[in-house]
Amino acid sequence: MSLTTRFERSAATSEPVLIKALILCLSLSFFGVFLLLPLLSVFTEALHKGVIYYFRAITEPDTWSAMQLTLLAAAIAVPLNLIFGVAASWAITKFDFVGKHLLITLIDLPFSVSPVIAGLIFVLVFGAQGWFGSWFLDNDLKIIFAVPGIVLATIFVTFPFVARELIPLMEAQGREEEEAAAVLGANGWQTFWYVTLPNIKWGLLYGVILCNARAMGEFGAVSVVSGHIRGYTNTIPLQVEILYNEYNYVAAFAVASLLALLALITLIAKSYVEWRLKKETNAPSVIEGVV
Amino acid sequence: MFTNNKNSIFPGFGLSLGYTLVYLSIIVLVPLSAVVLKTTSLSLPSFIAAVTTPRVLASFQLSFGMALLAGLINLFFGLLLAWALVRYTFFGKNVVDALIDLPFALPTAVTGIALAALYSKNGWIGKQLEPLGINIAFTPWGILVALIFIGLPFVVRTVQPILEEIELELEEAAASLGASRWQSFTKVVLPILLPALLTGFALAFARAVGEYGSVIFIAGNIPMVSEITPLIIITKLEQYDYAGATAIALVMLIISLLLLLAINGLQAWSAKQTGRTRQ
Repeated sequence: MSLTTRFERSAATSEPVLIKALILCLSLSFFGVFLLLPLLSVFTEALHKGVIYYFRAITEPDTWSAMQLTLLAAAIAVPLNLIFGVAASWAITKFDFVGKHLLITLIDLPFSVSPVIAGLIFVLVFGAQGWFGSWFLDNDLKIIFAVPGIVLATIFVTFPFVARELIPLMEAQGREEEEAAAVLGANGWQTFWYVTLPNIKWGLLYGVILCNARAMGEFGAVSVVSGHIRGYTNTIPLQVEILYNEYNYVAAFAVASLLALLALITLIAKSYVEWRLKKETNAPSVIEGVV
Repeated sequence: MFTNNKNSIFPGFGLSLGYTLVYLSIIVLVPLSAVVLKTTSLSLPSFIAAVTTPRVLASFQLSFGMALLAGLINLFFGLLLAWALVRYTFFGKNVVDALIDLPFALPTAVTGIALAALYSKNGWIGKQLEPLGINIAFTPWGILVALIFIGLPFVVRTVQPILEEIELELEEAAASLGASRWQSFTKVVLPILLPALLTGFALAFARAVGEYGSVIFIAGNIPMVSEITPLIIITKLEQYDYAGATAIALVMLIISLLLLLAINGLQAWSAKQTGRTRQ
């Protein structure tokens, strides 16, 4: 019997019909007005002038180059943060050391920094007046207002995603299975590959999905370091802004609808992975670790 | 500081921790320390002058005030939504549950232009409100709408798992002892949810204070009226006033750090109350 039906069957845990109707009505209208309507409006505004106009808008050369840059930034940021996430959670959950809580807090840090500040810090380090700015300038390397700056800002804002999914998961799974593997003679790599990785694969995928969504959608941080050079340093979200500010609303919403589609795909993938994760953490061997 | 106490039989401690620390330093710690070091180029009086101009103070008041208000609204409706999702059966529940995370997945620029279109005079919502004399877009209320959007999932997603784990026997016991439904909610359920509610509120608040993309399109960005602090940082950067931008950024960073510490404390408290591991 599902949790909800258990609650609904007991008089002690269910509300009078009128109260229940009121709660459902209030919460679902709030959901509808504040979450659903903005999503729907993206698609209706995008298709406002018809399908032909829509496709013309999303196949414009500037939009294409924005897509390429967005894909490039995500293709660099996601794998790097994936490797980091696995290394960090291995160190944190398989070993005991002083300063572990501090380390976990520091890993979470980029989440609590305003995106604008995330961009600013790279301008301070690599900008023309920054610490290494003159060295890069002398060697004719551009970081800020160029592609490397966009990639760096993207890595920063997506930094914690994989690590913060894996740390609680691996913590809950404990060390017994890996210890058994080690006792049976597996080396470190074999232990990781055959024991740890199969256990964490859904959690890992979950982190990657969220990391990728943010990497492709980041606006504030990338906006600060990009310099908005059309066809060169524009990502898809920045292209949306430019089109919007030029009063080219239909095109702006057409490009935005691509990102909204990506968000919907992300949510579907996320729900599927969540369901798999739940199925696996309900398996008896893991439950002991949780309790 | 980071020393292994040798009770683990696994290899790779030095490698994994070393890599973690180096990567963390290069991507996060060194760049962030630039904010602190850059600010030291200002003398204390000029630092204080830079962060207390009327325009900056007005933006602090606006950013924090609206983040607080949005957090409180989300606290109430987030609890209602979490309650409905855990305890009631209704049509489309799975879709609603999945879409709660939309603000995490939807890029902020998309949110921004969608909200601006909805609440402007020709928009679906703006059109309804205009005859009533209510303007949302391009006023401080537009900021509130954007901050409600981005903050909602924080509250729902911290409250929902705790609500799922509350034993229904607790409420049955309360009812059998003569408590009314309202009493068992306020005296039994709410105290268990309190740490999670506060955590969700703090997460939503922290995110809202620094939010940029979803706000600027709908805010109107009028100095002293609807100009948020992150926008002032960007404006100063565009005028090459790096020291001024960094000074304001430092104030925001310190507040974010305090919020992060508060959130960690709240999560530890919540874990202790409910016996759960940290999320």
